[in-house]
Amino acid sequence: MSQQSRTNPAECPRSLVVERVFPHPPEKLWRALTEGPLLAQWMMKNDFEPVVGRRFQFRADPAPNWSGIVDCEVLVVDPLQRLSYNWGVGDPAGGLQWVVLWTLTPVEGGTHLRMEQSGFGPNQQAAYQGANYGWQKFFGGLERVLAGSAS
Amino acid sequence: MVMVCGVKTANANPVFRALADPTRRAIFEELTRQGEQTVHALTRYARVSQPAVSKHLTVLKRARLVRHRREGRETHYRARPEALAPMVDWLNLYGAFWRDRFDQLENLLNRMDP
Repeated sequence: MSQQSRTNPAECPRSLVVERVFPHPPEKLWRALTEGPLLAQWMMKNDFEPVVGRRFQFRADPAPNWSGIVDCEVLVVDPLQRLSYNWGVGDPAGGLQWVVLWTLTPVEGGTHLRMEQSGFGPNQQAAYQGANYGWQKFFGGLERVLAGSAS
Repeated sequence: MVMVCGVKTANANPVFRALADPTRRAIFEELTRQGEQTVHALTRYARVSQPAVSKHLTVLKRARLVRHRREGRETHYRARPEALAPMVDWLNLYGAFWRDRFDQLENLLNRMDP
């Protein structure tokens, strides 16, 4: 059973992907992802509810330059398969807005869990699909740009 | 989490914000692909008005993603891909954050009832 995580930040920064196979059924992972008290045990304190349009917060201890709060809104709830929320850091006008997408896939002996974080800046949450595509395309280009800038 | 959401975000912020707009992203990509371009050429490419292009270029300039030089009546712009470095650092830090969360999730799953 694979317990490894994989990311593609520096060498392939299309978006940030972390994935792992857990030897547990999708039902159990879904509970850990969507039940607030369970979610608090591995993410952060929260008032999450798995309802599209629900605004909620993740709360960590405040730190210099950060209030400790992540402002979120639920975008997709597709039970046992997909969960997505946006992820806002900083004040609504000047902060950064990201989209976190969780995908669960049953595999032999467990569940493959994939987290993708992509971003497209402030106040654009309505344009989820289109903007997400545009940003990914940009990251594809960024890879070439960075390769070129090394020379 | 502290570094990810606080200090390092502050460094990457102007870059992310400058590139949050699809037109600015397209202009920056075009400059990295084609090399130096005049404002006129970029206006033809972006298919928006010249004042709009100039405004976008100002935002990119503030994020140090482009630099310019004047030659006669034309202003030429070129990309500064090295300005993307804070963004790449930031992605690396967030990668570490999520891997840590995955470890904690694994611990939780092992503690939960089946």
